[in-house]
Amino acid sequence: MNTTKEKSGEGKRKTARVVWNLRLYIAGETPRSIAALANLQKICDEHLAGRYRVEVVDLLKNPQLAAGDQIVAVPTLVRRLPPPLKRIIGDLSNSERVIVGLDLRPGKVSR
Amino acid sequence: MSIHQRKATPKNGISKCPTGIPGLDQITEGGLPKGKPTLVCGSAGCGKTLLAMEFLVRGATEFKEPGVFMAFEETDKELAQNVASMGFDLPALCARKNLFMDYVRVERSETEETGEYDLEGLFIRLENAINAVGAKRVVLDTIESLFAGFANTSILRSELRRLFGWLKAKGVTAVITAESGDGKLTRQGIEEYVADCVILLDHRVEDQSSTRRLRVVKYRGTMHGTNEYPFLIGETGLSVLPLSSLKLDHKAPTQRVSSGVPRLDTMLGGKGFYRGTSILVSGVAGAGKSSLAAHFVRAACQRGERALYMASEQSPDEVIRNMRSIGLDLEPWVKRGLLRFYAARPGAFGLEKHLVTIHDLIIEFNPKVVVIDPITNFASMGTHSEVKSMATRLIDVFKSRQITAMFTSLTSQDSAPELSEVGVSSQMDAWLLLRNLESNGERNRGLYVLKSRGMAHSNQIREFLLTNHGVQLRDVYVGPSGLLTGSARVAQEAMEQAGVLQRKQQAQRKSVALKQKRQQLEAQIARMRSEFAFEEQGLMLGAHEMELQEKQIVVDRVEMGHARKADLVSAHGNGRA
Repeated sequence: MNTTKEKSGEGKRKTARVVWNLRLYIAGETPRSIAALANLQKICDEHLAGRYRVEVVDLLKNPQLAAGDQIVAVPTLVRRLPPPLKRIIGDLSNSERVIVGLDLRPGKVSR
Repeated sequence: MSIHQRKATPKNGISKCPTGIPGLDQITEGGLPKGKPTLVCGSAGCGKTLLAMEFLVRGATEFKEPGVFMAFEETDKELAQNVASMGFDLPALCARKNLFMDYVRVERSETEETGEYDLEGLFIRLENAINAVGAKRVVLDTIESLFAGFANTSILRSELRRLFGWLKAKGVTAVITAESGDGKLTRQGIEEYVADCVILLDHRVEDQSSTRRLRVVKYRGTMHGTNEYPFLIGETGLSVLPLSSLKLDHKAPTQRVSSGVPRLDTMLGGKGFYRGTSILVSGVAGAGKSSLAAHFVRAACQRGERALYMASEQSPDEVIRNMRSIGLDLEPWVKRGLLRFYAARPGAFGLEKHLVTIHDLIIEFNPKVVVIDPITNFASMGTHSEVKSMATRLIDVFKSRQITAMFTSLTSQDSAPELSEVGVSSQMDAWLLLRNLESNGERNRGLYVLKSRGMAHSNQIREFLLTNHGVQLRDVYVGPSGLLTGSARVAQEAMEQAGVLQRKQQAQRKSVALKQKRQQLEAQIARMRSEFAFEEQGLMLGAHEMELQEKQIVVDRVEMGHARKADLVSAHGNGRA
């Protein structure tokens, strides 16, 4: 238990410094992918204002990129930085789960 | 299916994609449905992945059809290692663009689901892979892993349905593996989506020996074998039995091969067995079955043919040593490479493994003659029907390659000798029965031909002797007290010989008497002849004297006339008168 505490403490410090690198995989401009991107932007602006970068990968244009991040479902959001790598699938409509999934700071979670 | 397509393959109705796996293409009459998905299901460790992999590897190497292997459970590296022992070089195939491997990892713990999604990513990866090598074959192993990776099964199900439809539209022949369980073919009911062909693999343990089995549960639009067929994973991949055809269409050569025992050949119409037939030699323990088999093998080697001797009770060394005791030296033939032994305990591995080993050996060694000594040892290996089906397959293998095969069969002392334990006698073309004949406190061996299809054969029992010069057959005497064998036969032989001698002596005596009589007669004739000659001489002498006297009288008369001065002529004329 001790170690976990330490780790999360470290994570906190890191998240404070590091610019978040997020990648959203979509397959074409479907309503679902558009919704996912909109949902993502909203959450990031709320919790990571100025500390994030979102890269959108359209697999229809770059199919060979799917294997690298083990993409099966779309849309998939991958948190590349800070580590560890995290993956969230779906249109990100459930923002609470996105926040938990991305491990955004609990203190900043709005109630 | 359109009429046009049906015309293209009139025999089977649908076109097929050969797997290249020995046996499987025969059961499915040509392979898996071309351009359609096939479901291969079975419990863990039954060989699904291997079957799928072999389908791709053989497709790439034998049929020039590149393939895509999408693995959900094992990484490329692990897969490559696992199949390397079977001679499948996956990295090389990948490098030559004959194969594309993609490992799909779905980890629920790393993934959060937030709202609606689909599996387009999988489709894109698959399409990318198919395009990369121009794949005609696709394997998804094991797609059910996705159910562990995603919580929303309703999305998953609809996506899988879409995937199979998509695969069909792509026209690739796909193999989808799935784990069976809970009494169902697949845990997640994938069989609902893949309806064209379903193959079930099974791995069971019976009597402590394990058997893998394969069954084609369903195959739309075509005939297929419906039985459970044993299969095994060998050194070169999967083999499904039957190894040979399901049909009875062997050629029937009329060439004959010697049994190695001249008198036995005589009993078989004078020429021995037909080539390519199966011969059963049954008998109780110690009846001389192996010795007969050794003769058969040696005769083949002497003809310059290769022979395979499968011993399941004796090691090759033991066979060689034991056969030397009856004057048969097999070792030179082994050294010359004409004779090969294959010795394995029946219990060493399952029936199928034996069958495949034998089959592989036959392919490699290509013998003309095979001996299985004894086949009954395999009877303990499985149920009656299993053993029988194995024997059938063996016979099938031999016949299709025109190998003359001799099976020895041990019958127990108290059961009827005509009962062969393996129940294969009806499939045999010739059957020699070795019997123990007990009489006068001794045991002797008897041999007769119980049946021999397609040739006139002797109906006689012969005494079967194991001598220093090999097997010899002797006539059996039928006396008033039954069959005479062994010492009784020898006594009978002695008696007959004595009779012959007696008759000979009698004849000799008679001819001597005749000679004597002739001599007597001839002597008599000679004597009579000499008497006659004597008499004749006497008579002739008398006649001469008389003539002389006559002449003297004339002379005297003339002289008298002279003296009387008589007329000569008249005197002469007077004299004559």
